[in-house]
Amino acid sequence: MELLLATAIGLLAAAGSYLCLRARTFPVVLGITFLSYAVNLFIFVAGGVRIEQPPIVGAAVAMTDPLPQALVLTAIVIGFGMTAYLVVLAMRAYATSGSDHVDGGR
Amino acid sequence: MPLLFALLLLPFCGSIVSALLHERNRTAIAWSAAMVPIAGLALLWWLSGHVFDGDAWLVRVPWIEPLGLNLSLRLDGLSLLFVGLIFGIGLLVIVYGRYYLAPEDSFGRFYALLLAFMGAMVGIALSDNLLLTLVFWELTSLTSFLLIGYWSGRPDARQGARMALAVTGMGGLALLAGALLLGNIAGTFEISELLRKGELIRTHPHYAAALLLILVGTFSKSAQFPFHFWLPNAMAAPTPASAYLHSATMVKAGIFLLARLWPALSGTELWFYLVTGTGLITLLLGAYTALFRHDLKGLLAYSTISHLGLIVLLLGLNSKLAAVAAVFHVINHATFKASLFMAAGIIDHETGSRDMRKLAGLWRYMPWTGALAMVAAASMAGVPLLNGFLSKEMFFAETLELEGTHAFTWVVPLVATVAGVFSVAYSTRFIHDVFFNGEWDTSERVPHEPPRWMRIPVEVLVAVCLLVGVAPSITVAPILAVAAQSVIGGALPEYSLAIWHGFTWPLVMSIFAAVLGLALYFGAQRYYNLHLFDTRSPWTGARFYQALIRGLMRFARRFTQATVTGSLQRQVVLLVAVALAAGWLPFVAGVPDRAIAVYTPLNVIALMGWLVLAIASVAVVAMHRQRLNALILTGAVGLMVALAFAYFSAPDLALTQLAVEVATILLMLLALPFLPASSAPESSTSRRLRDGVIAAAVGIGMGGAAWWMMTSQGDSVSAEHIARSVAEGGGTNVVNVILVDFRGFDTFGEITVLAVAALGVFALLAGQPGATPDATDEAFRPVMLALLARVLLPLALLVSVHIFLRGHNLPGGGFVAGLATGVMLAMLYVANGARWTARRLRFDFQQAIAAGLVIAAATGIGAWYFDKPFLTSAHGILHVPLIGELHLATAALFDLGVYLVVVGVIMVILEQLGRLVPLRASVR
Repeated sequence: MELLLATAIGLLAAAGSYLCLRARTFPVVLGITFLSYAVNLFIFVAGGVRIEQPPIVGAAVAMTDPLPQALVLTAIVIGFGMTAYLVVLAMRAYATSGSDHVDGGR
Repeated sequence: MPLLFALLLLPFCGSIVSALLHERNRTAIAWSAAMVPIAGLALLWWLSGHVFDGDAWLVRVPWIEPLGLNLSLRLDGLSLLFVGLIFGIGLLVIVYGRYYLAPEDSFGRFYALLLAFMGAMVGIALSDNLLLTLVFWELTSLTSFLLIGYWSGRPDARQGARMALAVTGMGGLALLAGALLLGNIAGTFEISELLRKGELIRTHPHYAAALLLILVGTFSKSAQFPFHFWLPNAMAAPTPASAYLHSATMVKAGIFLLARLWPALSGTELWFYLVTGTGLITLLLGAYTALFRHDLKGLLAYSTISHLGLIVLLLGLNSKLAAVAAVFHVINHATFKASLFMAAGIIDHETGSRDMRKLAGLWRYMPWTGALAMVAAASMAGVPLLNGFLSKEMFFAETLELEGTHAFTWVVPLVATVAGVFSVAYSTRFIHDVFFNGEWDTSERVPHEPPRWMRIPVEVLVAVCLLVGVAPSITVAPILAVAAQSVIGGALPEYSLAIWHGFTWPLVMSIFAAVLGLALYFGAQRYYNLHLFDTRSPWTGARFYQALIRGLMRFARRFTQATVTGSLQRQVVLLVAVALAAGWLPFVAGVPDRAIAVYTPLNVIALMGWLVLAIASVAVVAMHRQRLNALILTGAVGLMVALAFAYFSAPDLALTQLAVEVATILLMLLALPFLPASSAPESSTSRRLRDGVIAAAVGIGMGGAAWWMMTSQGDSVSAEHIARSVAEGGGTNVVNVILVDFRGFDTFGEITVLAVAALGVFALLAGQPGATPDATDEAFRPVMLALLARVLLPLALLVSVHIFLRGHNLPGGGFVAGLATGVMLAMLYVANGARWTARRLRFDFQQAIAAGLVIAAATGIGAWYFDKPFLTSAHGILHVPLIGELHLATAALFDLGVYLVVVGVIMVILEQLGRLVPLRASVR
C-alpha cells in the first residue's frame, strides 16, 4: 500500500511540474492543482498509513496522527483560494494582452 | 523611578510638538524645542544629588522577559555625565540653530529630528539593558541619517547620509551579534548585572568573538579606522547638526558603550592590542589628514576622528587612570569641538564660504568671534590654562606608563607626540588661515559679527573651556569623579587635576608638540603652500566604500540579468532545479539509518483507485490542450485524492477535498469561456523532452521521499494533542480541535489569506464589464437542474448546520460546512443564472468575510478578558430541556468565523466570475 501511495504522489508531482512548465496559462493552473494534490497527499502520509483509525477520540482503538491532517485541511482550502486567484489572473491577462502565454503577449 | 522615564520621553514628546507647530512661527519652534533640554537639565539636577552620593537610580519594567529584554533604565555617574552633555550642548545647538538656518529651511523638521536624535542618545545613556541600548543605537543611526541628509536637495548631503547609515548600520548589526553573544555568555542582558560578571566573560571561549563584534559596532559609530571615512562625508549636514553629532553625541555613543562595558570587557591582551592599536592609528591618521583639509568643517571632522582615537586609545590601555583621562577628554572634547563647529558655522554664515583657501584676514571684521575661536582652538591644541591641556597631559602621562618590553611601550608615546605636533599645526591653521594670512576681498561681501544669540552658545562653551582649564578642582572634579567611578566600577585611583605638576615628561612632550607644531604649520605654509595641496586622493576610505558599493550593484545587476530574463518558464525551471538540488543534498553524504515500519497490505479497491488516478493524470498531461476534457479529468483525479483521504482514516480531509473539488471545477468552468478554447501548438519536441526529464526527476524525488517517510518509523508530536483534546479543547475530533484551538492562530492567519485571495479576485475583476441584463441569461436554463437546486438548497443548508455543529466531535467543522454551503449556493448560480440568483439572494458576501474575520478575532481577544493568551478557548456542558446535554466551546464561535469567511470567499469569487460577459458567445 505504501508503494501505491508513493507512486501516486510521484505521478501527481511529475504531472504537476510538467504542466507548470507549459507556456500557456491554463495548463499552468492545472499543474498547480496537481502539485497541490501531490503535496497535500505527501504531508498527509507523513502521519502514517492507517486504515479505519480516524483521529476521533473514542471512535477506534488506535488513532492516526491528527496533526498532518489539520495542516492539510487548511492547505486544501487555501489551495482553492490560490487556484481561484490564478484563474482570474490568467483571465485578466488574456483579456488585457490578447494572449494566454505566461509571459504576456507572444 | 518614573522620573527616569520622564527624562527619556521628554525629547520625543518635544520632537512631536516641533513637528506639529506652525512652520512660520520660527522663534516659537526654537524656544519650545529649547524647553526640552532646559526641563531635562532641571530634572537631571534634581536627580543628581543621589548620584553624587555614590548611588544610582534604577528602574526596571519587564517587557519581553523570555528574550531578556526589559525596560531597564539606570542613572549613574557616567549616564549623568552623558545625559548632561546631551542636554547641555543640545540646548546651545538649539539656540544657535535658530539663527543659523536660512529662511527657506524647514524649522519644524530640523528641530523635530534634532530632538528625536536627542531622545535616542538619552536612551543609550540611560539604558541598563543591552538590547534596549541597541534599540536606541539604531534609532540614533536613523535620526542622524535624516539630520545629515537634511538638505535633501543636495547630492552630497544624500550621499553622506547614505554612507553614514550604511557604515553605522553595518556596525549596528555587528554590535547586535556581539551583544547577543555577550548576553549568552553572561546569562543576562541587564548591564548592571553583566558588569559584575567580567571574570566569567573574559575567560569564556566566545569572549574574542563577542569582543570583536562589539568593537566593530562601537568603532564604526565612533569613526575609528577603518570605518572613519563616513564622518567627513557627514559634514554635508547643517552645521548645528554637525556641532551636535560630532562633538557630544553620535560619535560619542561608541565611546560611551566602550566605557560602559569597560569593567566587563577590558583587562585582556586582546582588548589592549585591538583597542589601543585602533585608537593609535586613528589618532595619527586623523591628526595628519586634518592639517591638509581646506574645508573648515573637513579639518574639524578629521580632528574629531583624531580625538576620538585618543579617547579610544586611553580606554584600551587597561589602566584605571587612563579610563579617568578618557572620561575627562570626553568632556573637554565635547566643549571645544562644539564651539569650534559653531564658530565655523558663523564664518560660513557671514562670508558664504568655509574654504580656507578663500578665507583670510577676518580678524578685522569679526574680532570677537575670532577671539572665541582662538581660545577654543588653543584648547584643542592643548595650550595650558585650557581644559584640553589638562586631559592631554593626562594622556601623555598614561602613554608613558605602559609596562613590558613590547614595541607599544615606545610606539605609543612617540605616536602620541607626533599626533600632538599635528594637532597644534591644524589648530594654528584653523586660526591663522581664516583670521589672518592675507586680506579679505571686501568687494563681494563685508563680513561682520553674527547676531548676539548666535554667539552666546559659543561664548558659553568657551567659558567652560576656560573655567575647567583654570580651576579644574572646583568645576569639573565632582562630575568627573562620579563618572569615572562608574566606568571603573570600583574605587578611583589617585589622580590630581592640578595645572602644574612640576617639570615632568608629559610637559616636555607638550612643549615639544607646541614648538614643533607651530614650526610645522608655518614652515609648511612658507615652503610648501598648503593651499596648493590636492585633497583628492585615490586612497581614501570613501573611495574604497564607493567602489565596494558599485561592485555590489554591478554584481546584483548581472545576477538579475542572468536569472531574471522575463521568461516565466525559465524561472520555473530554475526554481524546480534548485528545489531538486536542495532535496538531493542531504543524501550526498550517504543514506542515513532508519527503523523500518510495518507495511500495510495491498488490496484490490486501492489498486483500482490508483489505476483511475494514474490513467487520469497521464491523460491530463497528454491532452492538456483540450481544455474542457483536461478539466473533467482533473476532477476525476481530485475525486480519487478525496477517496484516498477517506480510505486512509481522514474523514475531515475527504469532506474538504470533495467540496473544494466541486468548487474548483465550477470556478474553472466559469473561467473557461474567458480563455482560448485550446492551447496554441506546443513548443518544440526538445523542449518537451527537457520538461519531461525535469518532471520525472521531481516525481521520482517526491515519490521516493514519500516512500522513505512512510516506511520509516518515527515519533510524532501528536500524542500531546490527542491527550489534551478532550480535556482542554472540549472536543473529540482532534483535527478540528487542533484547527480551532491548539493551532487557532494559524487558522486565523489562513482565513485571512483566503480573504485576501477573494479580495484579489475582486480587485482583478471589479473593473471588468459586467453582464447586460438581456435574454441570454435566462435563455438556456437546464430546467431539471434549476428546480432541483432550488429544492435542495434548504436541505443543503440544514446539512451544513449539522456538519458545523458536530464538527468539534465528529468529522465536520467550519471549513467543511462553509464549503458545503458555498458549493450549494454556487449550484444555484449555475442552474438558475447569476441574475436570477442575485435578485433573490440579497446578501453581501464581502460583509460575510469581514464579519467572519471580526468574529474570529473577537473570540481570540475575548480570552484576554480572562487573563488568558489570545485564542485560549473555554468549554462547558449546557443542559437544554428536551434536547439534552450540549457541549459548548468558545472555539465553536471561532469556527463560526471560519465558516463565514469560507462561504464569503467562495461566493465573492463566483459572483464576480458569473457577472462577466463571455467573450465568445458559442460556449456550450
